Amino acid sequence: MRYLVLLEAAQPATPPPPGLLEAIMQLGEEAATAGALLDTAGLAPSAAGARVRLGGGSLTVTDGPFAEAKEMISYALYQVRSKEEAVEWTSRFMKLHRDLWAGWEGDAKVLRVYGPEDFGPAGPALADAPPG
Amino acid sequence: MAAPDPVRATHRAVEAVWRIESARLVAGLARLVRDVATAEELAQDALVIALEQWPRDGVPDNPGAWLMATAKHRAVDLLRRRSSYERKLAELGRDVESERESAEDALVERLDDHIGDDLLRLIFISCHPVLAMEGRVALTLRLLGGLTTAEIARAFLVPEPTVGQRIVRAKRTLAARRVPFELPPAAELAGRLSSVLEVVYLVFNEGYSATAGDDWTRPALCEEALRLGRLLAGLMPAEREVHGLVALMELQASRLPARTDPAGEPVLLPDQDRRLWDRLLIRRGLAALARAEDLGGRLGPYALQAAIAACHARAPSPAATDWPRVAALYQVLAHVWPSPVVELNRAVAVGMAYGPAHGLAVVEPLVARGDLDGYPQLPAVRGDLLARLGRLDEARAEFSRAAGWTRNAGERALFLRRAAACADTS
Repeated sequence: MRYLVLLEAAQPATPPPPGLLEAIMQLGEEAATAGALLDTAGLAPSAAGARVRLGGGSLTVTDGPFAEAKEMISYALYQVRSKEEAVEWTSRFMKLHRDLWAGWEGDAKVLRVYGPEDFGPAGPALADAPPG
Repeated sequence: MAAPDPVRATHRAVEAVWRIESARLVAGLARLVRDVATAEELAQDALVIALEQWPRDGVPDNPGAWLMATAKHRAVDLLRRRSSYERKLAELGRDVESERESAEDALVERLDDHIGDDLLRLIFISCHPVLAMEGRVALTLRLLGGLTTAEIARAFLVPEPTVGQRIVRAKRTLAARRVPFELPPAAELAGRLSSVLEVVYLVFNEGYSATAGDDWTRPALCEEALRLGRLLAGLMPAEREVHGLVALMELQASRLPARTDPAGEPVLLPDQDRRLWDRLLIRRGLAALARAEDLGGRLGPYALQAAIAACHARAPSPAATDWPRVAALYQVLAHVWPSPVVELNRAVAVGMAYGPAHGLAVVEPLVARGDLDGYPQLPAVRGDLLARLGRLDEARAEFSRAAGWTRNAGERALFLRRAAACADTS
C-alpha cells in the first residue's frame, strides 16, 4: 500500500543547515534502495504557485503566496506494508530535522493512497488489516 | 470504535521497524557468526526483547539502532561462550583473553560498515542452488522480506507447517553443505545471479497470476518481489538483467489496477482500461529499462520482456501498439530463451501485427509438438485467432478446452464466456 507524506512548516527565516540536506539525501537513498520510497521532491514557496477555486459555480484563479501560516515544504510517496512503516520512515525524516536544525518545527501528514486493494475483491494481504 | 490499545499499537510499531531492519540485522549478524540460522535466531531474540520492553519503556528514539545493538550483544555473548571452552583448554592468561575480547568488540563495532555486501551475501545464500526452489522462496521472503512463516503460508495458500518445514530444511541444507557466507566467485556469478532473479520473479508471478484459488492476483506478493528487485538493483547497479527484471516487474505491476473488473473478473490486456494503469510505475519501469539498455551489450530475457511490456505501456490503445516491434522482440527473446510459451506469445503479436492467419501459422507447430498440452493459454490463443478468422465452431471448442485446463476460477469463467459468445454468433 502507498502513503503520501506531506510536510508542512512555517517558511523558515534561514536556509536549512547544509548537513541536513545531505542527511535527507542519505535517508532517501536508503529508503529508495529498500524499495520503500517511490518518489519525493521539494516544493517551491507558494509565492511561485496559484490557487484555483470553485465556488458559487464560478472559478477564481489567485496567484500565491497563500495566506496560510504554514507552507507545503515537500512530499514523499512510500510503498510499504503498513501505516506504521510509513510512520517509521517519516519519523526518521523528522528526527533528522530535530537533530540538525535547532528550533525547526513542522508537521508531516501521513496519508494512505487508494490502490487496487481498495477496489475489486480483497485478496489475503500480507499485513494485518487496519484496526477498526 | 474501541479506544486504541497502546500495547497493540506498540507491537505494530515494533513489527514495522522489524520489517525495515530485519534483513540488515540478519545479514550483519551472519557475517559475525558465519551461520544464517544462528544469525536469524539472534535477530529474533532481539525482536522478542523489543516486544517485551518497548510496550513498557516506550519505543526507543532510534529503534533500528536499538535492535542492532541488542542483537550484537547477544552475538558477542554467543561468540564468547563458543570460545570459552577452547580458551580454558589452552589456559590462556588474562591479557590474552581481554585482547581477544577487544578484538571481538572491534569486529562487532564494524558490523554496520559493509551492510550492503552483507545483504547481497544473504540474498545469494537464500537463493542458493543447493536449495529446492520452494525452500529458496520461503527463506528469501523470511530473511530478506522479514515476513513471518504465517504470512508466507497465507500468501502461497499452503499450510503454515509446510512453510516452516521448508525453511527448516533449507537452513539444514545450508549447514550440511557448508555453504560459506560469501559472495559467489566471479566464475559462478552469472549462474548464481540467475537463480536469485528466478526466485524474485517467481514470487512476483505468484502474486501477479495466482495459479490457483479464487484470487486473480495477490498484490502483496508483487509488492514484496518489487521491493526485493529494487533492493537488488541498488546493490548490483552494474548488472543489466537486474534492472531488466525490475523494469519488467514495475511495468507489469502498473497494469494491476486494470486487470480485474469490479466483480473481480479478469480483464485481458486488449480490454483493459488504460487510464487505470499506474503512471508512476510505468515511469519507473521505463527508467529501469533505460538503465538496462544504457549498460550496453545484448539484452537478456528479463530486459527483453521488459522491452515488450514497454511497448504496451507506451501505447494509448491496443490498436496503437507497435505490434511489429513486439513480434520482433519476441523473435529475439525466443532466440535468447527458447520456450514454447515465448513462441505462443509471439503468435499473439504476429496475429496482431500481420493478421490472425499469420498468427495461426505460428501456433499450429506448437499444437502439433504437444509441448504445451495442459497449458490453458494455448487453446485460448488459438481460439482467439480462429474466432477472428470466423471459424467459430473450432474457436468454441478451443475456449472450452482452455476452461477445462485452467486452475484459476476467474480465468475459467472468462474462457467459458468466450466459448458461449462463439456459440451465440455461429
